[in-house]
Amino acid sequence: MVDLPIFPIEASTIAIHVDLLLTGLVAISTVFTLIVLVLMVYFGLKYRRGKTADRSNPPLASTKIELAWIFGLILLSVGAYTWATVIFFNMNRPPEETIDISVVGLQWMWKFQHADGQREINELHVPVGYPVRLVMTSQDVIHSFFVPAFRLKNDVIPGRYTELWFEATKTGEFHLFCAEYCGTNHAEMIGKIIVMDPRAYQEWLGGQPGGVSMVQAGEELFTELGCSSCHVAGAGVRAPTLAGMFGSEVRLASGETVVADEAYIRESILFPQEKIVTGYDPIMPSYQGRVSEEQIMQLIAYIRSLSGETGPEGGEDENQ
Amino acid sequence: MSTIALDRYRQNYLNISYTAKSWLLSTDHKRIGILYMISITLFFFLGGIAAVLFRLELLTPQADLVKAETYNKLFTLHGVIMVWFFLIPSIPSVLGNFLIPLMIGAREVAFPRLNLVGWYLFMLGGLFTFVVLITGGVDTGWTFYTPYSSSFSNSAVVATIFGVFITGFSSIFTGLNFIVTIHKLRAPGMKWSRLPLFIWSHYATSLILVLATPVLAITLGLIAIERVFGVGIFDPALGGDPVLFEHFFWFYSHPAVYIMILPGMGVTSEIIAAFTRRRIFGYTFVAMASLAIAIIGFLVWGHHIFVGGQSAYASAVFSGLSYMVAIPSAVKVFNWTATLYKGSISFDTPMLYALGFIWLFTIGGLTGLFVASLAIDVHVHDTYFVIAHFHYIMVGASVMAYLGGIHYWWPKLSGRMYPEGWGRAAALLIFFGFNLTFFPQFLLGYMGMPRRYHVYAEEFQVLNVMSTAGASILAVGYLLPLAYLLWSLRTGSIAIPSPWGASGLEWQTGSPPPMENFEEIPIVTEEAYTYRPESS
Repeated sequence: MVDLPIFPIEASTIAIHVDLLLTGLVAISTVFTLIVLVLMVYFGLKYRRGKTADRSNPPLASTKIELAWIFGLILLSVGAYTWATVIFFNMNRPPEETIDISVVGLQWMWKFQHADGQREINELHVPVGYPVRLVMTSQDVIHSFFVPAFRLKNDVIPGRYTELWFEATKTGEFHLFCAEYCGTNHAEMIGKIIVMDPRAYQEWLGGQPGGVSMVQAGEELFTELGCSSCHVAGAGVRAPTLAGMFGSEVRLASGETVVADEAYIRESILFPQEKIVTGYDPIMPSYQGRVSEEQIMQLIAYIRSLSGETGPEGGEDENQ
Repeated sequence: MSTIALDRYRQNYLNISYTAKSWLLSTDHKRIGILYMISITLFFFLGGIAAVLFRLELLTPQADLVKAETYNKLFTLHGVIMVWFFLIPSIPSVLGNFLIPLMIGAREVAFPRLNLVGWYLFMLGGLFTFVVLITGGVDTGWTFYTPYSSSFSNSAVVATIFGVFITGFSSIFTGLNFIVTIHKLRAPGMKWSRLPLFIWSHYATSLILVLATPVLAITLGLIAIERVFGVGIFDPALGGDPVLFEHFFWFYSHPAVYIMILPGMGVTSEIIAAFTRRRIFGYTFVAMASLAIAIIGFLVWGHHIFVGGQSAYASAVFSGLSYMVAIPSAVKVFNWTATLYKGSISFDTPMLYALGFIWLFTIGGLTGLFVASLAIDVHVHDTYFVIAHFHYIMVGASVMAYLGGIHYWWPKLSGRMYPEGWGRAAALLIFFGFNLTFFPQFLLGYMGMPRRYHVYAEEFQVLNVMSTAGASILAVGYLLPLAYLLWSLRTGSIAIPSPWGASGLEWQTGSPPPMENFEEIPIVTEEAYTYRPESS
């Protein structure tokens, strides 16, 4: 795209597609507005009151013309609609292998946890040319993770996980804005996405304190909170074992089945009575107020690792 | 000339009595229309002052005029006042009230006393809300998103909701009154196919008012219940779901946009017909387009939630429906333009507003397709692009139509003519000021500036300065009609019954009309907008 000062930089693989679509829509709109404008001016001059012009037999209605107009509009709409929708579905479908990063939004900052335990606030380092997947939630109100240079945005909602994936195409620093109004300092809930050369990124990762990966941190919590006294094979209390559970279909006491994804695990930690696995007693206490959103994400990383999914690890890993 | 002289002393709805009581207890639809006009003008300027203040703040990237908290309260005040106390009542409550009985040949609306009650509720809700917004203030934005509004905001949320809730009843009463009036009180011979398009668009608007407003009332009530009693409805910490609120809220608030624009389309149809001396091309299509917009408008609310945790498939459906709702709008634009063909066009002030309406509505509508397109909305959602888009519709188009209507029917409302030169100058100034204010915001939005930011990145400054410059021109543009219209009440030339030579029953009675509208109920024998070609 033209690098006008009024045009934002394109720094992700999806940005070019969004900009092309924009250009297409601008073209259609320009043609449409010009037609209206030209006709308005032309008729306005020609049929100005007091001017002699042929005003005999003005048409009052024409179903044929109206239907042709409507049909034309429908064709054009279907085209534009399909184009936009296809790009949107690509935005929503991350590739198989991604670098996963956990994001927690709160009034008024962004917190990030990398798989290997590095943590950042309001700054996110990512490598150029690798797909990155963000798993996001909010600790308080609704926020929205918006990176204009990537043409991407998704709301960050308390009580749910939302995702956003991107592959940066340019190194550099890009704005991160909160786009959903979230209270007094909403305008200051801003940060930077720092896109680095992969080698520089590895160096950066290595230079960060942290040490404990999310899986390890989750494992420690698992023992600390007492989860392990029930949720491992051979424990005194009967509780579903977690090995191999992540990503599988779980049959509930209500007869429904759910896929054991991040949201399901989160809900089961905070509101264990909501979805009881069939054949088990509803005896698990709620951990609401005892674990932070970030700790829940660590627990999930651990539980996920029990299914053989390495889950949030570095991009170099050979996971499926 | 003698008829003019007679007109001046003839008894009409204005000179029948001058006491305050005769106004405040009047059940005359014309006087209630005037009461609404005075009230919404007041609210328009109150909401406008807030806009001027935050536009000034946005001149520079830093916070220098107001601090974050004040800024947030200002844009909330602006939104709440402009949406519920100016735009929604604007054309329906003022021009609709005044004109619907006149246009269909009736002496009154169906429920005159309910109409007056509606105005009192409107004022009660409006003044109460305004006092709350000024004294305590609310910082949630007019959208009241949860759980911020229900659990986190420390401002006067419940009181504001209460004010809006009360005012909702006035919307419902107005809608109900119009529906029954249009069904039951049409003059002999006034078949549905002969109704002016103004009536069709108000009929469609009334359906939305009656069907959607209760949903808003319930939704706001649920926030109050969560906030006061801690019942978990929307806040996940209490076991609720915040996205549920978004669905409820937009189920009302998207149709509400059509409440704001449909009446403007009706006004535009009337003006175009009058100043081209032509029947609106494709009358039936234009009339049915109003109904189509009202009906499809109920099915598009999900397009506010494309990035709000809604499933991608639901988003795809809502996007498609949003494209569909654009088609009847495009049909209208096409038909208005086609009406100019072989017309006898005169460019008086109302016509300038009507043409301005078409132009701004076209831009607003087309950019609506941008935000209805999933992949673009992901980027521009909650940015200035959206702000620009809906201001083109709700301020550009709707306010142009409202002012066009006020000028067009001013002789009927007041019995006087407004000064034409000033009228044209103000119309052009408003058009120019509006575009300078809001067009740069499309660019700002695509650049990525989020809405509701009082401080922003440096690179957004130039466009913000342009926008603020435009806003000051716009402010002058809006003050002009206020000044010269008031002035014309004393010094404007006396209006004859039909100064524009327009068709329509409202022009066949006095300017201003007598108390009972018509000395004798007219009998309708023709289609709307019957102009003989010779009359040009």
